[in-house]
Amino acid sequence: MAELQTTPTHPVRFRVHRRKAGDSGGRFDTFEVPLDEHRTVLDGLVAIRTGQDPSLTFRHSCFHASCGTCGMRVNGRDVLACVTKVADTGPDVTVEPLANLPLVSDLVVEMGAFYGPFDRAGRPLVRESELLPGGERAEGIDVLTRYEDCIECGICVSACPVAGSDSRYAGPAALAAAARVVLEPRDADAPAALRFADDEHGIWRCHVAYECTEACPSNADPGGHIMRLRRAATANRVRRWFGAGRAAR
Amino acid sequence: MNETASLRAPAHVLIVGGGGTGGALAHDLLLRGVRVTLVERGEITSGTTGRHHGLLHSGARYAVKDKESAVECIEENTILRRICPGSFELNDGLFVAITEEDVAYEPAFVEACLESGIPARRVSRAEALRLEPHLNPEMKLAVQIPDGTMDAMRMPLRFFATARHNGAVIRPWTAVTEIIVNSRTVTGVRVRDLTSGAEEVVGADLVVNATGPWAEIVARMADCDVPVQPSPGVLLAVRGRWCNMVLNRLHPSGDGDIIVPQRGLSVIGTSSWVVENPDDLGVPEDHVERMYSEGAKLVPAVRNAERRAAWSAARPLIGSRGASTGRELSRTFKCFDHAETDGVEGFVTISGGKGTTLRAMAEKTADVVCAKLGIDAPCRTRDTVLLPHSAYYLN
Repeated sequence: MAELQTTPTHPVRFRVHRRKAGDSGGRFDTFEVPLDEHRTVLDGLVAIRTGQDPSLTFRHSCFHASCGTCGMRVNGRDVLACVTKVADTGPDVTVEPLANLPLVSDLVVEMGAFYGPFDRAGRPLVRESELLPGGERAEGIDVLTRYEDCIECGICVSACPVAGSDSRYAGPAALAAAARVVLEPRDADAPAALRFADDEHGIWRCHVAYECTEACPSNADPGGHIMRLRRAATANRVRRWFGAGRAAR
Repeated sequence: MNETASLRAPAHVLIVGGGGTGGALAHDLLLRGVRVTLVERGEITSGTTGRHHGLLHSGARYAVKDKESAVECIEENTILRRICPGSFELNDGLFVAITEEDVAYEPAFVEACLESGIPARRVSRAEALRLEPHLNPEMKLAVQIPDGTMDAMRMPLRFFATARHNGAVIRPWTAVTEIIVNSRTVTGVRVRDLTSGAEEVVGADLVVNATGPWAEIVARMADCDVPVQPSPGVLLAVRGRWCNMVLNRLHPSGDGDIIVPQRGLSVIGTSSWVVENPDDLGVPEDHVERMYSEGAKLVPAVRNAERRAAWSAARPLIGSRGASTGRELSRTFKCFDHAETDGVEGFVTISGGKGTTLRAMAEKTADVVCAKLGIDAPCRTRDTVLLPHSAYYLN
């Protein structure tokens, strides 16, 4: 077999948040890892775990911004570690867990707190897909489908200024999921999704900071979806005030 | 179930490894009345499982060279559509002939697909270009087969979710530090909880090593041998969906000849080399470049598509060296009963295989495990619809 091509490496200094169950507080450990310009913060964490500290815990799975498990805070920004290149972070990288979700260990947060409200929105994982311009559907394919943009990473929840101050807030991910149901119900219960969202701890709690849309690594636009839901909820109320028979209840 | 077994508490099986195989095995064993604990040193699906290209195989890729794998894939493809509803992008796939050599391959390919039970429809050049406007205009003809796109984490997660809700104890962040062997019988493992540092011994009637490309390293902890060679491949995800369907090159399998559209990305794969340590793969840039150049032969536009990510995933390749007397269940995966291969009781290794066949691997392994434990219960996973992936995180 031919020799594998290698690329020149540079030392990257990682300051990594550490905290185990029973610890009285968190701390930062420092590790130095040689990485080439194409490598990511996730590659660095894997190298630390493999070569320096096997007790380091962090979530990861797909390595290409599709599973959403490696959401974390890198140099103060909420990002997916798998697509955050060290060439863009610079040689000093501070890694912290996502905010606004309970900590399990080191960089691992408890995703049950994320999926609780998210699941109440009832959004199916797969949506109808647009055909490529000029394309046709193949024989036997009645509806072209694709996964929803949202990868359930928790980054929008971490970036949201309201989620940090109000634990009862449904949060941008769950509200965006509800919006998707209202926009494209498929077999899901759109009126129930709207009722879930149309609440003082739902769409009306949002401060319209759009930090969520800014941080979303998958262009799911939670902030825009919250505004779409506000319009839908308002229209629904207006219809109800005027006694229109077809308002969602 | 035999009389002695039925009088005792349910047998306890400890599974090492939280990939798709371990999750599907936990689910299968639970349905057969076995008590299950699964330990994984990291997050669930953080090894090979989550990193594959996300292709729900029709089996067409294997039809000419390896009919057994092809039949296994189309059977499992059909079963997964049934037990994981709503988990796939089901847009079929095209095998595309670009060269005259590819065209010459077509009759044998279609015949092999049909013989394997894979529906295959010949598509003219004109029709293929209507279905896929970005296809290489030099293409000659294509064949439509029932490939699909899977979420490499969320589909397997449904097995974990269902197993957990049926009573399995799933413990991520739990590393095995020792496999305990008494008089050549495995009786349990010592684990370290990486969220607290606490160590404990977990006893088991049987331990299953389901660690994929790590199988040899883990088997060695019990002085057993497994001929598994970690064989990584590079995958490249570019921004944008450049095809409506999964695209394959219509030729004998090679590098960079699959493009899988997934969410807002297109994933091009893959290459192949061998390593000793599956924790240290690297991502050779020349392989990334090859994904671009080979992918561009199918869809020229990917050449200039923005790189979203490039990564490596280690296949567990089963070699023929060492103890190969294990039960050969298929050419694609193997289950080793270490009582037979190494004279060590209470220890079974499952490795090899692919994402599409995770349920079948689990079924065959559960058959071996139940036979060893004297449990007479049929497999029920073919018809048990799985809970949604999010149920894994919810109580």
